[in-house]
Amino acid sequence: MDMEFSPEDLAFQQEVRDFIAENYPADLRDKQDEGEEMSKEDFLAWHKILYKKGWIAPAWPVEYGGTGWTPTQRFIWSEETARADCIRLMPFGLAMVGPVIYTFGTPEQKAHFLPRILSGEDWWCQGYSEPGSGSDLASLRTAAVADGDDYIVNGQKTWTTLAQHADWGFFLVRTDKEAKQQEGISFLLIDMKSPGITVRPIITLGGEHEVNEVWLEDVRVPQSQRVYEENKGWTCAKFLLAHERTGIAGVAASKRGIEKVKAIARTELDGDKPLLANAFFKRKVAELEVDLAALEFTELRSLAGPNANRGPGPESSLLKIKGSEIQQRLTELTLEAVGHYGAPYFRGFGEGDNEHPIGPDYAHRAAPTYFNMRKTTIYGGSNEIQRNIIAKMVLGL
Amino acid sequence: MDFTYTETQDMIRDTLARFLGDTYDFETRQKFINSDSGRDPAIWTALAQDLGMLGAPFAEEHGGLGGGALENAIVMEELGKVIGVEPYLPTVVIAGSALKAVGGAQADAMIPEIIAGDAIIAFAYAEPQGRYDLANLRTTAKKDGAGYVLSGHKSVVYAAPWATHLLVTARTGGNPRDRDGVSLFLIDANLPGIVRRDYPTVDGSRASEIYFENVAIPGDALLGGEGAGLPLIEQIVDEATVAVCAEATGVMQKLHEGTLEYTQQRKQFGVPIAKFQVLQHRMVDMFMEVEQARSMTIMGTLKLGLPANERMAAVSAAKAKVARGANFVGQNAIQTHGGIGITQELAIGHYFKRATMIEGQFGSHDYHMDRYERITLAD
Repeated sequence: MDMEFSPEDLAFQQEVRDFIAENYPADLRDKQDEGEEMSKEDFLAWHKILYKKGWIAPAWPVEYGGTGWTPTQRFIWSEETARADCIRLMPFGLAMVGPVIYTFGTPEQKAHFLPRILSGEDWWCQGYSEPGSGSDLASLRTAAVADGDDYIVNGQKTWTTLAQHADWGFFLVRTDKEAKQQEGISFLLIDMKSPGITVRPIITLGGEHEVNEVWLEDVRVPQSQRVYEENKGWTCAKFLLAHERTGIAGVAASKRGIEKVKAIARTELDGDKPLLANAFFKRKVAELEVDLAALEFTELRSLAGPNANRGPGPESSLLKIKGSEIQQRLTELTLEAVGHYGAPYFRGFGEGDNEHPIGPDYAHRAAPTYFNMRKTTIYGGSNEIQRNIIAKMVLGL
Repeated sequence: MDFTYTETQDMIRDTLARFLGDTYDFETRQKFINSDSGRDPAIWTALAQDLGMLGAPFAEEHGGLGGGALENAIVMEELGKVIGVEPYLPTVVIAGSALKAVGGAQADAMIPEIIAGDAIIAFAYAEPQGRYDLANLRTTAKKDGAGYVLSGHKSVVYAAPWATHLLVTARTGGNPRDRDGVSLFLIDANLPGIVRRDYPTVDGSRASEIYFENVAIPGDALLGGEGAGLPLIEQIVDEATVAVCAEATGVMQKLHEGTLEYTQQRKQFGVPIAKFQVLQHRMVDMFMEVEQARSMTIMGTLKLGLPANERMAAVSAAKAKVARGANFVGQNAIQTHGGIGITQELAIGHYFKRATMIEGQFGSHDYHMDRYERITLAD
């Protein structure tokens, strides 16, 4: 057991730093640094740079386009991209449906979809939640009825992140109404341009258009776009959720976030001293750092420990719970740190609008980000559901 | 970067776990901790001579297993699982670390005695006025010819009633709380002028108040440089601190497992109380604290070799987190057990008592947060 980077690891670290320095666009870095909303083009710009380099999917098996990096190299990669304020990659293709397709898909599905996920040609969204099915996901009612070689799909999905950009969606639909809840569900890949699909925006607390309602009315989907067996979609869903949970820990990004909070608290004054000299505020920062270290080493144990090759299991729920709590505390501290200038509300600036916004730059997105990040303990299976998963799968209760 | 254990480390853990499983069941422990001496010396001898366990962190040239802090952590975690009172911490971890650090003739003489199980060394560092400040010392060692004369009062010296030797911090110069002028001595525990008041501790061990009344000690009892001992003392206390974090991990794991087991047997309202979601989620929260304690112990252990400031920040982060976790897991284990949890009958309460003492050992949560902040969040 050791924490040393080998000479090869250090060389890799340098290679990553050089690559980012030479290739990561400065305008993206600035937007990320200030926590601004990203456009589809922003996301795709960085995606395509990494695709060209062959570094778009480090977690994938090499045969499908992965990098073959060691856990240490992947750790270095996430550290360095966070340090450099690289924008995050959309997880829906790379971290969610991609692994489902290469694990459960047909050769044709793999050959068609995986290269398009890697290249960024297809933008994916996730059709899971429904108005009546949140934490109780298996109660979902969107139904697919066989019709020749197709299914006809009807229903409503909600909280569909960035569906307004999506070319494709992966959907959980009911294919057997008689079966027990979890046994009648199938996993379908649906072209978002199919007739009968309507996407309607939901505006969240920070003013973002991030999530949507998706309505499906008599949408015709070829059965060849079903992944895995009919009525076995829950297997794919559980697999995907475990994958999603690990990425959700967000350790490297939270480390970067703490650096930013500290920088703000060294700038903001409290009396005649920096806010960071306030014993109460300082203690909150310190507690957050300590908790983040505990999360980091818990994640490292799972990535580079004895069970590293087993893939994400139910214990990844711990990473999701603690990671999301830390993300929220971070945004809460940031908002606290900026004081009065948390209040002014900006919706970005139009083309050619050079008027300087009110208050310090670091304050503009503090409140909207705080509001927005309340989602982290709700999505991906709420933290209460994660506790149920640990209770059942790890503790055997 | 690698977070796996070597085969030797796995073997140490397995061997020790088997041995303790055979010798240290709860009833047996209760018998010997309540005996006159408070321990079963045969266990220490077996740990040394049958298992070679007291050599875990020492070099092979001294007769050890060639390990280090990770091996200590493994042993301490296993001792934690049986709430063992064996003086591994002061003897092997603390005195062992000091001897390894100074090396030379003192190490050559003493380490083989430790490994053989012939030496038990208690660490006399705390004083009534000193709280967790290692430099806040009124005990003095005054130069006297080739040797020193030791005077002062040391508090709550765990394992002192069993000790053959004492590792003592004392002032050879400067004022109380100065960083300079602190020295470390390894002395015979039975020198004339050493007066002990022995007592049991709430967590099942034995300890003493020790009064040094003009105790003449030889010059070669000094470990390291005269008056320059504080950095060494800080280092060995950091080693000890992560070792109790490891012990805490074992204690917390047992508190959690005991609670899981109990809630599956105990029925109320016609069902095992483990069916209640409010208790399930609490036990999940306990599980997460155990896992994070384990992570922080590994983090602290792996960073013991870093430069002093980085080492201290890491150790303080670990201890602060583990102290909170031990508190949470201990209190909730008792609460979940209900009335039976506050009796002496079940093991769970005894694990809780040890967990509670570990919270403060070598510095409370607040002490370590303060130290962490001074290093990493300076204005």
